[in-house]
Amino acid sequence: MAPILEAHGLTKRFGKTQALDGLDLVAQPGRVVALLGPNGAGKTTFVRAVATLLRPDSGTLYVDGIDALRKPARVRQVIGLAGQFAAVEEAMTGRENLEMVGRLFGLRRKESKAAAVRVLDLMQLTDDADRLVRTYSGGMRRRIDLGVSLVGTPRLLLLDEPSTGLDPGSRIQLWDTIRGLVVTGTDILLTTQYLDEADRLASDVVIIDHGKVIASGTPAELKTLAGDDMIEVHVHDADLLPAVSGVLGRIGHDLRVDVPTRRAFVSADDGNTRLMEALRVLDQEGIAVEDISLRRPTLDEVFLTLTGKPAQTTDSPEQPASV
Amino acid sequence: MANASAITLPQNPRQASVNAGAGLWTSSLTVAGRMVRKFARTPQLIMFTTIQSALFLFMFRFAFGGAIKSGGALSYVDYMVPGFITTTIMWAGSGAAVGVADDVEHGFVDRLRSLPIPRVSVLTGRALADATLMLWSLVTATIFGFIVGFRLTGSVPRALAAFGLCVLFGLAFEWVFIVVGLVAGTAQSAQSMGLLVVPLIFLSSAYVPIGGMPPGVKQFGEFEPLTPMVNSVRNLAMGPDAQALVPHSTGYYIGMSLAWTAGIFVVFGFLAFLRFARR
Repeated sequence: MAPILEAHGLTKRFGKTQALDGLDLVAQPGRVVALLGPNGAGKTTFVRAVATLLRPDSGTLYVDGIDALRKPARVRQVIGLAGQFAAVEEAMTGRENLEMVGRLFGLRRKESKAAAVRVLDLMQLTDDADRLVRTYSGGMRRRIDLGVSLVGTPRLLLLDEPSTGLDPGSRIQLWDTIRGLVVTGTDILLTTQYLDEADRLASDVVIIDHGKVIASGTPAELKTLAGDDMIEVHVHDADLLPAVSGVLGRIGHDLRVDVPTRRAFVSADDGNTRLMEALRVLDQEGIAVEDISLRRPTLDEVFLTLTGKPAQTTDSPEQPASV
Repeated sequence: MANASAITLPQNPRQASVNAGAGLWTSSLTVAGRMVRKFARTPQLIMFTTIQSALFLFMFRFAFGGAIKSGGALSYVDYMVPGFITTTIMWAGSGAAVGVADDVEHGFVDRLRSLPIPRVSVLTGRALADATLMLWSLVTATIFGFIVGFRLTGSVPRALAAFGLCVLFGLAFEWVFIVVGLVAGTAQSAQSMGLLVVPLIFLSSAYVPIGGMPPGVKQFGEFEPLTPMVNSVRNLAMGPDAQALVPHSTGYYIGMSLAWTAGIFVVFGFLAFLRFARR
């Protein structure tokens, strides 16, 4: 299948800031791709380029096989955009917002009414459809905003930091909705600063920093970049630690013992197999353990390894908004 | 992209599709329809400009009016109300600039620009809706004028022509304010930039004759577009008493103001288009 998105050597400069610095990215259809990166990494600039809101200085960009630099108007026929703000009209109801954008997508009056009903159902907003958006909660606004970008049934949906500013409950609800979309044949490119969001939603994660892709792959593949899994054994009696250490030392490498908390840790290349092995040997030798667990590196650690800085830094705006 | 464990989900042909997009007319009307609903359901947007203009009118009619000599046979209220009505377009317009900037600031403009519609319809729709609002401001300003004691001394057809000129001036200035809104980028800075209408209004012949202004200021007043606009409206509405107060003929002022109108429309319409069509 042809890639839904194909970018090569994209560059974009704003004054002194090199927002995109030779970005290469190919995304296959049927997948949720998360662009992960700190503020100022170039995520929003890239999304705006894909949405044909800004023109890259150089490079090539194809969206669903369409040359986005030569035929931006055709790209706009296959995309949906939900930006960082809930760009809906507050003085209109949820249903009116959907019908309005449906009309703009080129639907006839009846079709846009039907599309609004379908999207309201999808976004679980049917009960609140006829209330003015200004009375909506933050989570509902986000959902109606997402819904607005779906009345036209886009092939590629662009979500720029979809869950920013939402409480945890609304976030999880929004994630469920987004996951449901892929099944209906809409591919998704989302940007996020939250590692758990990328981990929970994306089939592919692209880590970008300083306008370049620095790593990409499935969340599982990326996690292996941050090093091996870790087996952790907790005992109720510190006297057992030497025996435990003996067992673990034979199974993995980089053994560490923390006496005050009565724990021993070891890194292992193949976590699942080594965990079973550790259990078996500990049982054979009659060592009673309180708890044993396998900990995989988080995307947080991947991020730190690759960029040398924590995932979330400041809340300063990514770049000046431009028209 | 690494793609080792690709789980390619079935594409549903009903869902993902090419959206034809609306034409210029439908999209302009749809964008305008949104604005009209916004105004209708957010009365404070309109009330603010209406109350503001009423306040100015009452201040000049009843507080400063007594001290201002309009000169000639025209009473001050009859001198000032045509100026007041004409300059209403500026107050209405500065409100429009704030609205445009607010849409830019909150991503609404980006959303529209990402849709498969002619991009210019975002502007034409906006201008259409703002023109409706401006018409409303002109009508209320006229009603207020009659309430504070203004009486027509010219003929009714000429007065209607004067009103028509106000609408025309407003349509041209509309594009100045759209550009201001696009350039300002935030509602707050659009609000501050909107204050530029103050010198234009008060250094014109709208409230006081320019003849009494010091040199420099006087030249500015004679040169700026609002003066010929106000003079044409006043001359048409009030007849010979108003014509006697200004050095040139009514035809001269109408010609000047139409030239300004055309110039403003072309230059700022083009700037708005450039600013907007740019990717």
